[in-house]
Amino acid sequence: MPTLKITNLTASILGKHIVNGVNLIVESGEIHAIMGPNGSGKSTLAATLMGDLAISLDSGTIQINDQHIETLTTDKRALSGLFLGYQYPMEIPGVAATQLLRIAYNTQAAARALPPLTPAQFQSALKSVASNLGIPHSFLQRSMNEGFSGGEKKKMEMLQCWILAPLFAVLDETDSGLDVDALKCIAQTINRVVQQHATGVLLITHYQRILEYVRPTHVHVFVGGKIVESGGPELARKIEHEGYGKYQ
Amino acid sequence: MANTNDVGFAMPERPVFKSQKGLNKRVVQELSHIKGEPDWMLEFRLKALEMFESKPLPTWGGDVAQINFDEIYYYIKPSDRVEKRWEDVPQDIKTTFDRLGIPEAEKKFLAGVGSQYDSEVVYHSLHDQLQKQGVIFLDTDTALKQHPELFKQYFGTIIPSADNKFSALNSAVWSGGSFIYVPKGVNVALPLQAYFRINARNMGQFERTLIIADEDSSVHYVEGCTAPNYTTDSLHSAVVEIIVKRGARVRYTTIQNWSQNVYNLVTKRAYVYGDGVMEWIDGNLGSKLTMKYPSVYLMEPGARGEILSLAMAGSGQHQDAGGKAVHIAPHTSSTIVSKSISKGSGRTSYRGLVKVYPQAHHCKSHVQCDALLVDGHSRSDTYPTMDIRNEYTTTTHEASVSKINEQQLFYLMSRGLDEGKSRSLIVNGFIEPIVRTLPMEYALELNRLIQMEMTGAVG
Ligand SMILES: Nc1ncnc2c1ncn2[C@@H]1O[C@H](COP(=O)(O)OP(=O)(O)O)[C@@H](O)[C@H]1O
Ligand SMILES: [Mg+2]
Repeated sequence: MPTLKITNLTASILGKHIVNGVNLIVESGEIHAIMGPNGSGKSTLAATLMGDLAISLDSGTIQINDQHIETLTTDKRALSGLFLGYQYPMEIPGVAATQLLRIAYNTQAAARALPPLTPAQFQSALKSVASNLGIPHSFLQRSMNEGFSGGEKKKMEMLQCWILAPLFAVLDETDSGLDVDALKCIAQTINRVVQQHATGVLLITHYQRILEYVRPTHVHVFVGGKIVESGGPELARKIEHEGYGKYQ
Repeated sequence: MANTNDVGFAMPERPVFKSQKGLNKRVVQELSHIKGEPDWMLEFRLKALEMFESKPLPTWGGDVAQINFDEIYYYIKPSDRVEKRWEDVPQDIKTTFDRLGIPEAEKKFLAGVGSQYDSEVVYHSLHDQLQKQGVIFLDTDTALKQHPELFKQYFGTIIPSADNKFSALNSAVWSGGSFIYVPKGVNVALPLQAYFRINARNMGQFERTLIIADEDSSVHYVEGCTAPNYTTDSLHSAVVEIIVKRGARVRYTTIQNWSQNVYNLVTKRAYVYGDGVMEWIDGNLGSKLTMKYPSVYLMEPGARGEILSLAMAGSGQHQDAGGKAVHIAPHTSSTIVSKSISKGSGRTSYRGLVKVYPQAHHCKSHVQCDALLVDGHSRSDTYPTMDIRNEYTTTTHEASVSKINEQQLFYLMSRGLDEGKSRSLIVNGFIEPIVRTLPMEYALELNRLIQMEMTGAVG
């Protein structure tokens, strides 16, 4: 069974230490919630996993199964089965979701033994996922994320996650800035991705709210660039009442 | 696009007549004689030659001082006659066209094809429908013979020989090009296409295009070219004159992709009359130096001009491109959009002029130029000139220079695209507003060319 293993990970930006020794093992089909206050380094951890060149990886390893991916470029990490749903998805003027995803799917299908799809099959798969997420089909032809609302951008991230069927998905605050309906819809999608593809999920959030709809198998409290406490779903409820104060 | 191995080849030349290198009165006389031209054209050419000789080289724009005018052939005639049927086109020419993927477009758009091989159009077909509509679509030499009055009425009236050194040169030695006349009220549904290429060592191409869209007519003309790869410098210096009469609409689309040694110095201008619309879509890739500023002269109220300029400069290349909008009449409007991409040591410059005459009140003009630098040492400059003599005018100007955004790159790569593919996708996205105005096969070709450039498939 696929395993994502993060060992003693430390990372810095412009000489400032932000990720301070993270150890974590995520198995296929598990949902690990990472909860922490703003500025604690959650997004930096996510980007470090994906290989953002703006971040310097100072020590530690990242493995999928037994393959070390911390030395790979970002695209190779994606081809190893890692996905990142961004907290702030980039706008790519002139590039439509359908265009990007078709290239991405074909590239990943070749590398990861995903089922090959004809252009027609791909289009219909894309449309049906879009419908499930309540994304108007016209959005698939528009410039990626340009002029999209916060909620629409997050849905677009989930659309990509579903289509690319990663082994492991890091979802960075995919729940923030959503109304209740959108939140439920995103939560449902996460559940389906886990069910259908047995994806292991690292669900980064600073609210307890989404955990009413997505049952995490593990909850980790993340403060000061590291995991300070781990437990089951009950830990999330405790944080909701007590806040992060006692960890800081 | 330079060094594209796929297209960097040359078929054996089979010219019937090949003139001497260099330019003088005798060359011009001989050329005109072989073409069997009327006296007025010979005189026109000789006068232009004098202007060419007396005018200094431009000192602005790009470096043209390296051009050795004595090392250029000014006229080559590859076959004796203009052929109308594809079957009659010599096999080696067809092979060249095949390798360039050209005949597809010809098959698809039966409306008409003029393909220029060396200096002269050797193949030209005209769809029956067009002929019935009274549309004239000929190579310019043939048009001079078959429609002398119409020809003389408009030829050289939009761009006089004396306009600049290179328009003078073209006027002296022009050969080939397209001549289009669209009668009143006629709409040409499919784009008319022509392909140009240089296929002789050191051969200059001096084609001359003249389009007259009569009142309330419309036409879309498309030219594109992929030059073979030569090591010695070549000169391409065309003149394009367009007359858009009242209520007419002309779109002129160019995708030029010269090899890296070509000087591409082209003068393009349109006069637009009441409520007429002129659209220039001008894509410049490759070449050593391009200097090209398609112009619209807005002559009567309601006239509108739009210039979309796209330039891409790789290492060792300089694209000096832009547009000119001249508002002569009130209530006229213009838009200039320029998108440029520089890569390696490539250099792009936007050079533009918006001029509003004192009598031209209530004019509107919008200029937008965006430059994308693909890597650290490329360069981009803008030289916008606004000469506004009437205060009841709205002019807006936006300019941006950006590098490929590392976070966009990270985003795309996190979806599994390698760096080269991610870069080309960003570049394709950047030029998408212009690419979407192109006919499908040109859009695809352009995207392919950019991908080749970005992924290093070509030098
Ligand atoms: N590109 C950057 N340059 C400088 N500092 C950064 C950058 N990105 C994040 N930081 C800093 O790193 C710390 C952690 O940020 P982040 O990972 O975004 O936290 P979180 O996602 O938990 O809110 C913050 O102090 C933030 O200011
Ligand atoms: Mg964050």
